[in-house]
Amino acid sequence: MVIAIGFEGSANKLGIGIMKDGVVLANPRHTYITPPGQGFLPRDTAKHHQAHALDVLQKALDEAKIKPEDIDVICYTKGPGMGAPLVSTAIVARTVAQLWQKPIIGVNHCIGHIEMGRLITGADNPTVLYVSGGNTQVIAYLEHRYRIFGETIDIAVGNCLDRFARVLKLSNDPSPGYNIEQLAKKGKKFLELPYTVKGMDVSFSGLLSYIEEKAPGLIESGEYTPEDLCFSLQETVFAMLIEITERAMAHCGSDEVLIVGGVGCNQRLQEMMGIMTEERGAKLYATDDRFCIDNGAMIAQAGWEMFRTGQTTPLQETTCTQRFRTDEVEVTWRS
Amino acid sequence: MKLIKQGAEAKIYRGDFYGRPCILKERFSKSYRQPALDRSLTAQRIKAEVRALFRCRLHGISVPTVYFVDIDSSCIYMEDITDSCTVREYIVQTQKENGDSAISQLKPLAAKIGGIVGKMHGNNILHGDLTTSNMLLRGSPLDLNIVMIDFGLSYFDSLAENKGVDLYVLERALLSTHPNTEELFTTLLEAYKQANKKGAAEVISKLDEVRMRGRKRTMVG
Repeated sequence: MVIAIGFEGSANKLGIGIMKDGVVLANPRHTYITPPGQGFLPRDTAKHHQAHALDVLQKALDEAKIKPEDIDVICYTKGPGMGAPLVSTAIVARTVAQLWQKPIIGVNHCIGHIEMGRLITGADNPTVLYVSGGNTQVIAYLEHRYRIFGETIDIAVGNCLDRFARVLKLSNDPSPGYNIEQLAKKGKKFLELPYTVKGMDVSFSGLLSYIEEKAPGLIESGEYTPEDLCFSLQETVFAMLIEITERAMAHCGSDEVLIVGGVGCNQRLQEMMGIMTEERGAKLYATDDRFCIDNGAMIAQAGWEMFRTGQTTPLQETTCTQRFRTDEVEVTWRS
Repeated sequence: MKLIKQGAEAKIYRGDFYGRPCILKERFSKSYRQPALDRSLTAQRIKAEVRALFRCRLHGISVPTVYFVDIDSSCIYMEDITDSCTVREYIVQTQKENGDSAISQLKPLAAKIGGIVGKMHGNNILHGDLTTSNMLLRGSPLDLNIVMIDFGLSYFDSLAENKGVDLYVLERALLSTHPNTEELFTTLLEAYKQANKKGAAEVISKLDEVRMRGRKRTMVG
């Protein structure tokens, strides 16, 4: 029996989760929410994490009904992510590791998403679509690495949605993407937008510039409502994502898809992916906001897998890095 | 006509066309996307594919011959490249059978691919989806008789930036599908430089830029 605690703080969510051999004992989270029209800046986000770290940690221990001495390994997000929030969270992890005298492991954030998704859904060897505010990747496992088959060549899909939400001055509570999704449900009139797929890669920056520039005029003239534009944006970017996922599946001969990352809890994205997989005779696996959105349990779960195969990180190497590719990690826990 | 494969955007059937072995590529509508978007993408891609196939032929790049195009049903009837396997299958098999010596055995193939892509780019033909699944080896693989297929995402353009992205797509497809083939891509680029003498330097510096955008980009959340 191994109990792992995971500290996640690579973006605006601070999450601390506790896992015991594949069972979630606790997974509290606190999100830094900025006013409408504004994104989150590294410095303020770090302050938020610093202010809430101890409360969230206490809550995790209380919910799990365990004491620090029951924990076997401390896991934290090494990267990728924003520097200041990553470092603030890692300091907490390092401190408790020394206080409680426990081994510590640095975890790749993307691997955390994938392993949590596999655990929760039971998907065995899926093609993974990882979509969030900072990442857009199509990943498949091959010879001890999660290999990136396709990705965005500029901005992430979540970033594209968030930035359009800022144009419309939508609320950031609970998240800009969620509010776009709600408006899109009421949209009716489809506006054709630039659609850029390059092999298994996608590009969103041209599309974003186009809609950012056109939106104010289209809304003012009454030609399109904000709802229509959210609807058109979602339909277009998701169609691009489904297309590259399908290309990767055809290329790899895969018949399972797993969606992870914050954008992955969008119901319309899941619905579109469901139609695609059904037509191919494939299977779709997706999770809800508890595990799609950044959380501590996913870091604990990936760390648990690493610990199980004999990995730990020496204290002097428990650094953070803003740039940490999914395919840099050797996957020792899968055959 | 017998269905042999369902790719990402088309169904592939095999049969014959007035006595010739024929492949029918039918782009079917995707019910997950908006009808307006679906119609425009399907029309765009069937035209792009036929145009590129003609243009490649014009410049002496091996591609299947187009027999007939039916725009209304989004179907292309083209030559069936019989007695062939994909480059992907060939690399996988060579790596499996030969272990460490596979890379040196595959170098002539990589050079040949680089030469073809260089020639295409020299003539401003961008494939748009360069993967080892989209290249066939006809006859004995050792003859390096490569036939390029699947031009649905292709277009004509002279910008070095876009050619750089085309190479980037190929590099990523090669390295993710076939682990430990970095050396092959280097060989491929050398041949590319030879075949596209005028434009190669600028394209490769753009390739480096695009790589930086992908690999070194900070990723949050």
